[in-house]
This record gives sequence, structure tokens and C-alpha cells, in this order.
Amino acid sequence: MKLSKKLIAVTAALTMTLGMVGCSKSGSNGDTIKIGANFEMTGDVAAFGNSQLQGIELAVEEINKDGGILGKKLEVIKADNASKADESTRMASKLITQDDVDVLLGATTSTNTLAAVPVAMDKKVPMLTASATNPAVTVNDKTGKVNDYIFRACFIDPFQGTVMAKFATDKLNAKTAVIYTDVASDYSKGLQKFFKQSFTEQGGEILAEESFQTKDTDFKAVLTRIKSLNPDVIYVPGYYQEVGKIVKQARELGITVPMMGGDGWDAPQLVEIAGADALNNTFISNHYSPEDPDAKVKNFVDAYKAKYNVVPDAMAVLGYDGMYMVADAIKRAGEVDHEKIKDALANTTAFEGVTGKIALDKEHNPVKAAVILEYKDGKQVFKDKIQP
Amino acid sequence: MEYVVQQLINGISIGSIYALIALGYTMVYGIMKLINFAHGDVFMVGAFVGYFAAKAGLGLILSLVLAMIVCALLGVIIERVAYKPLRNASRIVILITAIGVSFLLENLGIFTLGAQAKGFPDIVNKQQYHLFGGVEIDSVQVIVLVTTVVLMLLLQYIVHYTKIGKAMRAVSYDLEAARLMGINVDTTISATFFIGSALAGAAGVVFAIMYPSVDPLMGIIPGLKAFVAAVLGGIGIIPGALVGGLVLGIVETGVQSFEGMSLWRDGVAFGILILILIFKPSGLFGKNVREKV
Repeated sequence: MKLSKKLIAVTAALTMTLGMVGCSKSGSNGDTIKIGANFEMTGDVAAFGNSQLQGIELAVEEINKDGGILGKKLEVIKADNASKADESTRMASKLITQDDVDVLLGATTSTNTLAAVPVAMDKKVPMLTASATNPAVTVNDKTGKVNDYIFRACFIDPFQGTVMAKFATDKLNAKTAVIYTDVASDYSKGLQKFFKQSFTEQGGEILAEESFQTKDTDFKAVLTRIKSLNPDVIYVPGYYQEVGKIVKQARELGITVPMMGGDGWDAPQLVEIAGADALNNTFISNHYSPEDPDAKVKNFVDAYKAKYNVVPDAMAVLGYDGMYMVADAIKRAGEVDHEKIKDALANTTAFEGVTGKIALDKEHNPVKAAVILEYKDGKQVFKDKIQP
Repeated sequence: MEYVVQQLINGISIGSIYALIALGYTMVYGIMKLINFAHGDVFMVGAFVGYFAAKAGLGLILSLVLAMIVCALLGVIIERVAYKPLRNASRIVILITAIGVSFLLENLGIFTLGAQAKGFPDIVNKQQYHLFGGVEIDSVQVIVLVTTVVLMLLLQYIVHYTKIGKAMRAVSYDLEAARLMGINVDTTISATFFIGSALAGAAGVVFAIMYPSVDPLMGIIPGLKAFVAAVLGGIGIIPGALVGGLVLGIVETGVQSFEGMSLWRDGVAFGILILILIFKPSGLFGKNVREKV
């Protein structure tokens, strides 16, 4: 621990000196537009980071094939934050000060994105996260002011929590629920808060709020207690690694009620860990479904399959949309300048993405639809689309 | 009542995993007076060997045996390369080396296998048994408990009733004197690591079957918990590891079974470690041994 603190201090000192050098020239004057990608390429949620990078790379390839933007090609500079918040902070400042990027993309999870926000704000570099859903990413928690350099391409936790509460009461006729939250994750706590709020507003009753921590492996003690409460649904807003074990152990204990979660469940590993049978009767809110009949979705899925030979998950499509959103803003800005790109991004009013039409509200949050997916024999099945 | 029984089953099932890891810990400590911090990472290697074996289509027994052999050899190599040159160094030096080996294995794992968790294939045909009033137990839980008890008995037999076991005890009692009596100390210590690491490998596979995912850092927390279990039962005492593991598992589950206490689990586990170290440093089964002056 001490060592890593020292490392951070040394890096911080280094980046400060480098930062001063970097300041002398504003933006890039080269013939490429540099996109800094701060992603979870290794670590707990590497599945998210790598998927999103693939989406971004597909978008960049297409854009460059069409001649780039403003006559310049896009260049992606990747940095691995190892799924750790402190690494995310370091990587963001490395990308800005050493690589002198024009725009930052990333990270995928709220926790890691929140760690990079102060860096981008401080250095005044526009940053877009395609999948961090915690409200505090774009609006400073303490001051209530909008982080004017930070944008996102996905809906936020209140919406995911609200959608799921609505779905539970309307479609599953749930009167009672238990929430099982990962207290080590800002994302999980965000979903938990808004699910609770809107579920109780609709007349439902929360029987208990339980918690676990990232990296836990045995959940049976708490699940046994949840079983004894006999709720109509169990809401588990967590990430796939723990959720997979929770679902599996819950079914082993004879808990048969529907279990629900958010986009954190969406990774192929979930099925490997939980098993296809255990996942039956579970529902998640997500950004898109590859089965959506929309033509734009179909084109994207085909292009992605042709390049990577897998069906794109939500992270991939969000990365793709995020990249195009940035490209669109740079085009509208007319030149590669941090300030102008920032203003253009803030003025996104009718961007047509694969995940739907995106308009940013005053707090830089997209207003767009969410889909509900159901797991059937290990496959995600399109269940419902809920408009904002 | 059913609630209590179910929680007890949960506790025993997690406790038997702790006990299985703790057996190897406690054995190496008993013979070498070394807390082998790399034990948790050998456990991880065992889980990965099991993972690849299972992917290749081997069944439970073969995967388990393969993991035990690979880990046993790994344990001997670690001992030969990292600990043997330090045989006469002070104990703290070897301890730090053990931590180094632990980091080496973890990061080597991340480097070669990637840090992502991988789902462990189903190699056990899991049977679910419904007991009275909705109490559930499955075959894996039973297998783990039985494996642990059998291995403990086997270990107890080896240490107390075989020639190599006698040599181990002699080395443990006084390394120099044992050497003077014609015991091959290096072979004895290698044998200790061979057996201890094989146990870690077995525990790794069983753990991965129970909680079906493997990643290079999976050994850290179970390793620490097993260490607590070993200390709780009296480090160096083989039946102590079993009792310590079960007590720890049941206490952890018990704590979590009260409303609003789900996060107190680790706090209580490590709190117990501190209390034991203060009031009965030799553990539940330990005797106070005076240091010779």
C-alpha cells in the first residue's frame, strides 16, 4: 500500500511537470485527431472494457475509411486502467499530459469513470464515457454544478433503477422486494437508491436491504435470510462476477422468484458462472438488444459480426455510439480544439445512434430508451422497450 | 429451526473449504515454522490446472489428481528455489520471501492467463437434496466436507505413523539435531512442501467447483481466511485446522444471518484472529511451549 502511494506521488509529480510542457501547445496540431481511451483492459470488469474498445475501433475504422473528420484521421491511444479507480486517475492524466489527446473516452464503470473526472476537469479536456451510469459523473455531487467537460452516451442510474421498479410492479406484479447491493461500487449503490425510491412510490414494499462486497464468493448466509423473507422479486444491481455466483447460490437454496439487475450483468461470463438453468426467470435493464428489429441496429450487428465474429454486447454498441457522438461533435465544432469540442458535445440535440436518438439534457445526460431483457436457457431475449 | 439448520449447513460448507486450505498451511508451519504466504497462490494454480483439465474433458477425479500433482511439484520447486538458499537466514527473511513468491505467482498468473475471471466448467453432476422444511444441501457441499475430513485423517496418519512423518516431526522439533541423527533434512522439507502444496491444489479445484469462477487473484482472501482458521485451531496442529476452519465458517455465516450484519463478516473473522493472538496465541488446540534459551 505504502509503495503504491509513493508511486502515485511520484507519478503525480512527473505528470505535473509534463503537464506544463503540454500546456504550451493547445490541442494537437498534427494530422491526426488523438482519442485517448482509458479502459478496463484487464482486471475484474475487463470484459466491459475490451468490448467497448472493439466497438470504438470499429467506429474509428469506418470513420477513417470515409476520410476521417475535418480531413484528419482518428487515432486511438489505449491505456489500461486494470479495472482500478486509482489506475484510472493515473491513466487519464497520462493520456492528457504525455500523449496530448484531444478527447478522452472511458472508462466503462461508474467507479473508474468518477476517478478520471477530476483529471479531465482540471486539464479542461472533453471526456465522454459511454457506459458510466452514476449521476455524479456529469454533475458534481458536492456543489451540484454540471461538470462541463464530462459527457455520457448512456442513460443514468435513476433511469435504470426506475425502469426496473416499473417493470417489477407492472409486468411481474411484484408487491415486495429485497435489494442486494454491492457496497463497494458506486454503480450498484446508485441503482439501489433509485429502484428503492420508485418501487416504494408505486406502492411496493422493500422487505430488506442487504449488501455484499466486490470479490465476495459465498453469499449463502444472506441468501438464506432473503429466502426466509419470501419476497416477490430480488433486485441485485451488481457486476457479473459476483452476480453470477449470487444467482447460482440462490437457486441452489431453492429461491425461485425472479431476480433482476442492470447492465452490469451483461457479459458472457455471467452464463458460464451462474449456469443457464439458474439464470432462467431473471431480467435486466440494458441499453440495447441485438434482436431489436431496427435497421440501424441490424447494420451495426452485421458489421461487428463481420469484424470480430461475435454478437456485440451492450458495451460494444455504446462504445461505437460514443465514438460517433464525439466524431459528430468534432465535425460540428469545425476545428480540433478542447473548448469548441466541449461546446459542440453539450449541444448534441439529435444524434442518431444505434441505441436510439440521443439528445443531451442540461446535465449532459442522454434522454433515450431502455430495453428489458430476459435470460432464457442462457440467452438474452428481448422482452420490452421502455421509453423515458 | 429450518433457518438455523440451513445456516449451519452454509457455515459448515464454507468452513470445510477454509479447513482444506488451512491443512496445508498448518502442516508447513508445523514442520518449518514458516507461514507460507504463497500457499493461497498455489491454491490458485491448482484451481487453474483444474480449469484446464476440466476444459480438456477430464472428470472430477482426474482433474483433482492432476491439480494435486502439478501443485506438489510447484511447491517443491518453490521450496528449492526460494526457501532452501535461506535455510539458515532468520525467520523474517523467509517470511518476506514467501510474500514475494506470492506476488510473483499472482502477477505471473495475470500476465499469462489474463486478469479476467473465467467460468469453471461443470464437472460434477450436482445433486440437490431437499431435507425437511425447505432446507437444501447439495452433493458438492458433501464432497467438500468428506474430502476435507479424509485428507485430514490421511495427513494425521502420515505425520504420526510413517517414517517420513517421524522425520518431519524430528525436523520440526530440532532441525540441527535431526541432521546430526542422520535425517535428510532437505528431503524431509521437500516432502512437507510436496504434501502441503498438493493439499492446496486439491482445495483449489474443490473451491472452483463450489464457486465456479477462477482468476489469478482468487487465492488471496481464501488464503488469508485459511490462515485465520489455522491460527484459530492452533497453527501447526493438524486437527486444529479442521476445527478452526469449521468454527470460522460457522461464525462468519452466523454473523451474516442477522439482519443488517451482512458486512460484518470479515470484521468478525479478523477480530477473532486478534483476540486469539492476544489471549491464546497457541490457538484452541495449542499447548504453550516454552522457547528454549
